[in-house]
Amino acid sequence: MNVTITINGEERAFSVEGHESLLSALRTELGLAGTKDACEQGECGSCTVIFDGESVCSCLVMAADADGSTVTTVEGLAPDGVLHRVQEAMLAEGAVQCGFCTPGFVVAGSHLLETNPHPTEPEIREALSGNICRCTGYGAILRAFEIVTREGS
Amino acid sequence: MTTRITSGVKGGIGTSVLRPDGEPKVIGNFAYASDLSSENMLWGATLRSPHAHARLTKLDTAPALAMAGVRAVVTQDDVPGEPLFGQEEQDQPVLCDGTARYWGEPVAVVAAEDEETARRAAAAILVEWEPVAPVDDPDRAADEGSTFREMKIRRGDEAAMGSVVVEGFYETATQDQAPLGPEAGFAIPDGEGGLDLYLTSQWIHVDHRQIIACLDMEPDQIRCHPAGIGGAFGSREDISLHIHVAMLSLATGRPVKMVYDRSESFVGHVKRHPSRMWYRHEADDEGNLVKVTARLVFDGGAYAHTSRAVLANAAFFTVGAYRCDNVVVDAIAAKTNNPPCGAMRGFGAVQTCFGSEMQMDRLAEALDMDPLDIRRRNALAPGDPLATSGQIIEGSLPTLAVIDAVEAIPLPDPLDDDDPRLLPGGTGLTSPASSVVRGVGYAVGVKNLAFSEGFDDFAEARVVMTTAGVEVHTAAMEVGQGLVTVCQQIARTILGTDQVAVVWDDTSQIGSAGSTSASRQTQMTGGAVHAASVGLRDRIITEHEGDELREDGVYRNGDRVATIAEICANGPVEYHERFRHPETFEPDENGQGDVHAGLVVAAHRAVVDVDPELGLVRVIRVDTAQDVGKALNPQAITGQLEGGIMQGVGLAVMEQLVVDRGVIKNPTFTDYLIPTFVDAPDVETRIIEEGDHWGPFGAKGIGESPTISSTPAIVAAISNAIGKDLTRVPVLPEDIIGNAALEVAPLS
Repeated sequence: MNVTITINGEERAFSVEGHESLLSALRTELGLAGTKDACEQGECGSCTVIFDGESVCSCLVMAADADGSTVTTVEGLAPDGVLHRVQEAMLAEGAVQCGFCTPGFVVAGSHLLETNPHPTEPEIREALSGNICRCTGYGAILRAFEIVTREGS
Repeated sequence: MTTRITSGVKGGIGTSVLRPDGEPKVIGNFAYASDLSSENMLWGATLRSPHAHARLTKLDTAPALAMAGVRAVVTQDDVPGEPLFGQEEQDQPVLCDGTARYWGEPVAVVAAEDEETARRAAAAILVEWEPVAPVDDPDRAADEGSTFREMKIRRGDEAAMGSVVVEGFYETATQDQAPLGPEAGFAIPDGEGGLDLYLTSQWIHVDHRQIIACLDMEPDQIRCHPAGIGGAFGSREDISLHIHVAMLSLATGRPVKMVYDRSESFVGHVKRHPSRMWYRHEADDEGNLVKVTARLVFDGGAYAHTSRAVLANAAFFTVGAYRCDNVVVDAIAAKTNNPPCGAMRGFGAVQTCFGSEMQMDRLAEALDMDPLDIRRRNALAPGDPLATSGQIIEGSLPTLAVIDAVEAIPLPDPLDDDDPRLLPGGTGLTSPASSVVRGVGYAVGVKNLAFSEGFDDFAEARVVMTTAGVEVHTAAMEVGQGLVTVCQQIARTILGTDQVAVVWDDTSQIGSAGSTSASRQTQMTGGAVHAASVGLRDRIITEHEGDELREDGVYRNGDRVATIAEICANGPVEYHERFRHPETFEPDENGQGDVHAGLVVAAHRAVVDVDPELGLVRVIRVDTAQDVGKALNPQAITGQLEGGIMQGVGLAVMEQLVVDRGVIKNPTFTDYLIPTFVDAPDVETRIIEEGDHWGPFGAKGIGESPTISSTPAIVAAISNAIGKDLTRVPVLPEDIIGNAALEVAPLS
């Protein structure tokens, strides 16, 4: 079936399979491979996108149901090569190791700061608890978000 | 030749310089193996055994081949070369050879025009099975002689006796590495009958060796390329879909991509061996270890993989970081129909560290000693023999220093808050602060660096000076740990320039770097880059009769005598190095000998809050002091320590693959629990620098240490909180509420 989705500010019309998830559509139909596929069960957050203003696992959204929606992926956060402050901070704090979880943290984290510009440490942990990182132990990610939070205040 | 450290380099060793692949990773355009694609590409899918042990009585691929869009179905009959593969021992069929020996064993693979068709076609293959009772008990397998390795260690006087004796039986569960990046492979025909392969791997040269043997092809016909890797932790040390995707591409003449989904990933790679360990520690009245006796049974599952080496590691670190003159160890890696096991961060040392550290706490209790005092009293130091192998320890081993440093870290404040986010059970609002008890526990862990037991362990690197900067060529796998940065830092420091790029070569372009495992790449590939950089620098300086190499050329007595352009007038200048660590030897029949190239030690202290009524635990702090030799990149070290500790937290309180009669019951992230942000304790780190006897600038590998003693420290803290011995990991609510002490097995 055909869908029209506004992705990273650009209206895209394309065809999806009935069984296809938004994650699959992003990666295979649109070539937006920055959104990662690690569990397809909504458990790890690697595929996090902003879907009509909500931070969601794109593996749990049917592509057909996304017709008419607005989606922001990791590719939309540094549109002109200027890094988002979450990306800057994660880079500076060594919060990136293998990096497979990183796009999900960047997207979920940018959404957190949109909705709660000055989160406390427990709020950061809670908001990002749907994103699994197997490499860093979360310490560097926490330090990155604490820096961004301080900068914003 | 001694190494001169050139001043003026911003990104040299000792700095927390940013990793070069960081920016592509944060903006989402770093290409992982699972992201690769091309025009005209087919998708591969795998049919797997639904039985842990069964005879294949019928295999009919016709229904799959008849489906629209299916281009090939491959079975074991189609394997052109060696039917079996394996890193240490070639014992596993490429595809089912008539008997399935574990649940999920690959039976056939399919290539089709799209992923969905490939999966449906794999499911359409007609198979009939005759189930056979699986051997799922490693002790029974061992009794029946079904083993991958049996080894014994006999050191000192078997009749020696201590005045204080503690015995215990310990178990560790099967742990999955659970890297976020799935197994993935991409095969591209080269038009001349060969293939270029982009595979998730920790060691492309050892993959290559196995792939060409099974495909019966010449080495230069198959080129394995380093691909982007989403974590590894041991899971990619052995072959998964590598030969399958190559066979599908050869069969169709088209590019083929295979990616495992999460459930397939759980069955598609080897795991940390579950273990059963019986221990007896004997000490004198002052707490000096007199004798340690142990029996270790590790379940290797259906195929060998690296079970032999894992078992040896477990056995050699049976006693931990302590002196003891009398040691008796019998260790067995059993062959069963359980999921195949192999490498995971810590590689055997994790299991025995848990057993031996629980024993040290019991011994301290029996002697009414402080748990740290008994560890200090017996602490292993350079010049001591390793308790098991008797090898005299060379290089640095600051056991006492790591114990002192971790103890000196201030303890956290007492719990004085009813915020449920800070309590066991979290926002489930289960535990009021008044019902929570706090515990503190310590553990010390030691492990070997790089490969042991006489393995010819080397790493190649080629360092090239060009007019555009320096290139470091290597086939060492960067799996996220930051080797790419360390290679740059070493070359920058030696060559006096910040302009250093790491270039990943394929198997046809450079020799092996060895495996990204065994905490070895900082020392091995780092050692090769160091030696090649020194060789290149000295070659250039000699050629131009100078005395110093700087960013802009060769200098003599402070004056420039050759520019970079002049150095490269006849093209790039390069130096190739094959680096080896100090020679190791196979142990004798009593497990004695110089089996290791070096050792690394760490100490952990855990602080936990426990609700004993509900059996809930919150790990609030895990602090560590880590022996690093020399810190090449402090920020990357902190990242390894924090990340490694979290995998130790996982094994301590939640991670276990549930295996019932050979069948994995929880192969999903829904049911196999991994620590999340809200489970993650705060971590304070102390880095102890005492240069080692080999490795660049005296650096040691530290990838595994944080995962070894963090687990027993947490269990000791829970034990301390509830006043009860704990004997298995992960510690589950029922272990805390019920009677956790397992019955002590009789002496065999």
